[in-house]
Amino acid sequence: MGRLTRILAAMAIVVLGVTACGTSNAASGKIGGTVHILGTWTGGEKDSFDAVMKPFTDQTGIKISFEATRDLDAILQTKVAAGNPPDVTGAPGIGTLIKLVKAGKIPTLEDKLDMSALNANYGADWINLGKIDGKLYTLYAWAALKGLVWYDPKAFAAKNYQVPKTWDELMTLQDKIKSDGGKPWCVALESEAASGWPGSDWVKEIVLSQAGGDVYDKWWQGKQKWTSTEIKSAWQTWGKVLGTGDSNVYGGSQYMVATKFGEGGQGLFTSPPKCYMFNQGSFITSFFDAYTPKPAAGTDYAVFPLPDVSSSNAGAHVVAGDAFVMTKDTPQARALLKYLATADAQDIWVKRGGGKIAINKQVSLSDYPDPIAKALAQVVVSTKIARYDAGDLMPSDMRDAYWSGILKFVQNQGQLDAILADLDKKQATAYAGS
Amino acid sequence: MSVAVTTPVPTPTSSAPARRPKLKTERLSARVSSAGLNVAVLALTLAWVTPTLGLLINSFRPSGAFNTSGWWTALAPPYQFTLDSYSHVLGASDLPSAFFNSFMITIPGTIIPTAIAAFAAYAFAWMKFPGRNWIFLALVGLLAVPLQMTFIPLLTIAVHLGLTSGNTLPFGLNAGFIAVWIAHTGYGLPFAIYLLANFFRVLPSDLFESAEIDGAGPVTVFFRLILPLSVPALASLIIFQFLWVWNDLLVALIYIGGTPEVAPLTLTLTNLVGSLGQHIEYLTAAAFVSMVVPLVVFFTRLSAGSAPSPAAS
Amino acid sequence: MDGVTPLITRLPALEVDWQTLLTVNLPVLLLVIIGVPVALAAYIVGAELLVKRLPKRAQPSVRPWIWVGPAIFFVAVILVYPMVGTVWTSLLDRNGTSFVGLGNFTRLLTDGGILIVLRNNVLWLILYPGLVLLFGLLMAVLSDRVKYEKPVKSLIFMPMAISFVAMAVIWQFVYYYRPSDVPQTGILNAILVNIFHGQPQTWIQDTRFNNFALIFIGVWGATGFAMVILSAALKGIPGELLEAARVDGANELTVFRRIILPLMMPTIVVVGTTMVIFALKAFDVVYVMTAGNYNTDILARRMYAELYKAGNHANASALAVILLLAVVPVLIFNLRQFRAVESRR
Repeated sequence: MGRLTRILAAMAIVVLGVTACGTSNAASGKIGGTVHILGTWTGGEKDSFDAVMKPFTDQTGIKISFEATRDLDAILQTKVAAGNPPDVTGAPGIGTLIKLVKAGKIPTLEDKLDMSALNANYGADWINLGKIDGKLYTLYAWAALKGLVWYDPKAFAAKNYQVPKTWDELMTLQDKIKSDGGKPWCVALESEAASGWPGSDWVKEIVLSQAGGDVYDKWWQGKQKWTSTEIKSAWQTWGKVLGTGDSNVYGGSQYMVATKFGEGGQGLFTSPPKCYMFNQGSFITSFFDAYTPKPAAGTDYAVFPLPDVSSSNAGAHVVAGDAFVMTKDTPQARALLKYLATADAQDIWVKRGGGKIAINKQVSLSDYPDPIAKALAQVVVSTKIARYDAGDLMPSDMRDAYWSGILKFVQNQGQLDAILADLDKKQATAYAGS
Repeated sequence: MSVAVTTPVPTPTSSAPARRPKLKTERLSARVSSAGLNVAVLALTLAWVTPTLGLLINSFRPSGAFNTSGWWTALAPPYQFTLDSYSHVLGASDLPSAFFNSFMITIPGTIIPTAIAAFAAYAFAWMKFPGRNWIFLALVGLLAVPLQMTFIPLLTIAVHLGLTSGNTLPFGLNAGFIAVWIAHTGYGLPFAIYLLANFFRVLPSDLFESAEIDGAGPVTVFFRLILPLSVPALASLIIFQFLWVWNDLLVALIYIGGTPEVAPLTLTLTNLVGSLGQHIEYLTAAAFVSMVVPLVVFFTRLSAGSAPSPAAS
Repeated sequence: MDGVTPLITRLPALEVDWQTLLTVNLPVLLLVIIGVPVALAAYIVGAELLVKRLPKRAQPSVRPWIWVGPAIFFVAVILVYPMVGTVWTSLLDRNGTSFVGLGNFTRLLTDGGILIVLRNNVLWLILYPGLVLLFGLLMAVLSDRVKYEKPVKSLIFMPMAISFVAMAVIWQFVYYYRPSDVPQTGILNAILVNIFHGQPQTWIQDTRFNNFALIFIGVWGATGFAMVILSAALKGIPGELLEAARVDGANELTVFRRIILPLMMPTIVVVGTTMVIFALKAFDVVYVMTAGNYNTDILARRMYAELYKAGNHANASALAVILLLAVVPVLIFNLRQFRAVESRR
């Protein structure tokens, strides 16, 4: 088949919709070719990604050429600047993305996806998240829930602790654990070059729940000062969780800054427990699985969402997710993005676990592999105020400064004003480039 | 030549004859200092090998174990060794092609800069030409160029020339490899020239003079005299360059990319670990798997023994 | 198809395609292994033949360029050309539109946090080359006198062979901190707690020792490198010279100071210079271990952050230029050194 014919055939299929074309007898209608993807998925996540891609390749004949890196922004910026971009990237930092969009290097998805299907299957928040200056550039495929408090139900039962429903109940529980001689929290912030991010999750969850979505949006957009009362009081609220001199946290600041975040949950499962609660995103179960002895979901650990700090923002949750950007407009890239938006694609990863939650509403709750995953999916569905991870939405150098500020804060809460003033200084320059 | 640099041979001091009778104490102190020597060597070696030893032992332990107890505890019963990490790493389906790609990048990435540097070092050490010292100095200074600053301009050139992993040259050679070789050549040249010129410069000049009188041209002098006399320096350089390129991740990722058909071993092994650091234990085994080839290279060189050195001959 | 390499015909994570590997890739590899050296040798032999055709008088002035030509070409394209762009960019504003002269430099060097960064760079510049030379020289000289020289040298050299990606894991087993109520997993704290009955320390985070802990990671990695070069120079010292001195009653320290050290000086300068430059460029240790937190930041990591995190090419270029300028004193020292060597022959 000639090149032109093949391209024409490919275009035809894109117009008709990939999922519409049959799986068995449509060999003549296959697009073929290769789509080159730059992403961050490695290890088990890469295996899940391959599993998602397999039906796509079977249906369309498009081969996947996948390239993983942990330094995604650096590699992407270099390749785009040199004129050698990947077809699809999942997903660049927002600062990088905005810069590339403004430079006209990224095609919009508006005319490439089936927007009416997208509007029907996606919550409006998820579509709007992908927009820059009102145009769609990013497609979100899976979500992960943040602000989850992990605990050992057996340990709670032994001390007759109840899962807190409100922020006040959480504060009361903290005090009760302390008066019983225990430590309420484990907090672990070490993550090599990204150290500090788990603490930044705490603060952004509190900002959203305490000050609301509008402040949250202005904050990551760089229009809300770090020294403003709203943001400052979120840090202070977190300071109350940590306690004076980090007295609510197992091991104090030394433990917090030196412990790998994945190891932070170990303290829940010792006897007696080193701590009773651990705040981490839904993916943390993949680290629990590596502990010895391996804790069992449901019996050894359970989870509750961080209670609302302010009742006026009830049901607010911070989510993160895997997003895709078309960095080069090819028929194969278009087909891939269309496929990723479908329930079929998202269902595959959801079924494989790892804390991923589908964004397409057609994915059934019964597809989640265990009770905890199902409960998390329910939280996402019932979320009233959903906001994306503010750190990932900030320019990278703003985000890095945020993480550094967290590390300084846990070492000395008295420095808060100086930390926030430094962050304001960074805010003044970080957004200038984007 | 350099023997005459300073006054190396100490003049016998007047106290020397007086020490002669104290032969016994001398022997004793010799023995003490030899014990001290052995202790010092072994202590330093132990300190240097400890981090690697920890990595080696933990590569045979379950991941849960090495996050909760020290690697040295594994040396006492109950022994809990496992090959899990190795079987996962060796079971990676991309491993054979990753080894191939690493060779494909590393062998030319070592030969080309070494050869070109040897040519240049010969000229810098033994030929006269205008600006010689300044060019040489500039070369050494360029060792300080941060590689990151070169990526965009160089990759742009490579893309214009079609030297990207999407193109195939005659014999099925992936064009991206050429770009990586050239990049490693440029990055490796300053140090290679610096090291070799330093060694070539102290070779005895009378040797060259007699060779020239015998009518030998520069090519003959280079291949018959310079190279054989500089085997230790050349071997060290080859080992360094080989290791740098073999262990490189970033340069390969930039110029040839990380897709399985071109990705080197470093990249394939790093990607066994989850993006958030899940299963970091695979890295422990991966480090040793990727070390096998460099160690073979290094030990072959050691067993070859020390070749005649410049100043001795 | 599509001119894409035939290797793409399989999906990742499927069976190994031994057939392609053996019938397509292996022959290419062999061709390259044979072809590259042949091409290089053919270049120099061929070029010399051309030079010989020139009039005898012209030959000496043309010949050197035949030999240094390829090196100059590659270095010019790969290092000089990008650096010219870098110097130019460092004089522009962050959008690359208007000329700001030394504005980027003055802003960077008057920034509040810069003092700690410069202090750390000075620490790296003194300790890293100093300790690498000290340990490298010590191991080269001492191991020369023991029977088990080869195994010892291989073990010291081993860190060079370990891929950098394993660095964080390796040092986790040395420096890791766990509270005193649980078993330690890092050997340093284990020794401190179990043998000296002290409190465990956060070696990487505690500003009292973390810079030294990080520099030692670098020293550990580079000592084998220094040792190999220095050892080769040491082996080059004629044995008779040392024997003569010993017979004359010189003790070992005197022999080392008066004979070995002076004769090795050119090599020590080479290793020292290389280490000074590596110290300036060393960014990965800091980047991976602390990302510049806890007062450990250095210029090279700043440059990386400006380039890829802030996307500020002007600042990144200015920092690169500062790093380049910092090398100049070392180069002047080298110039003197090799003028001295030349005057001797």
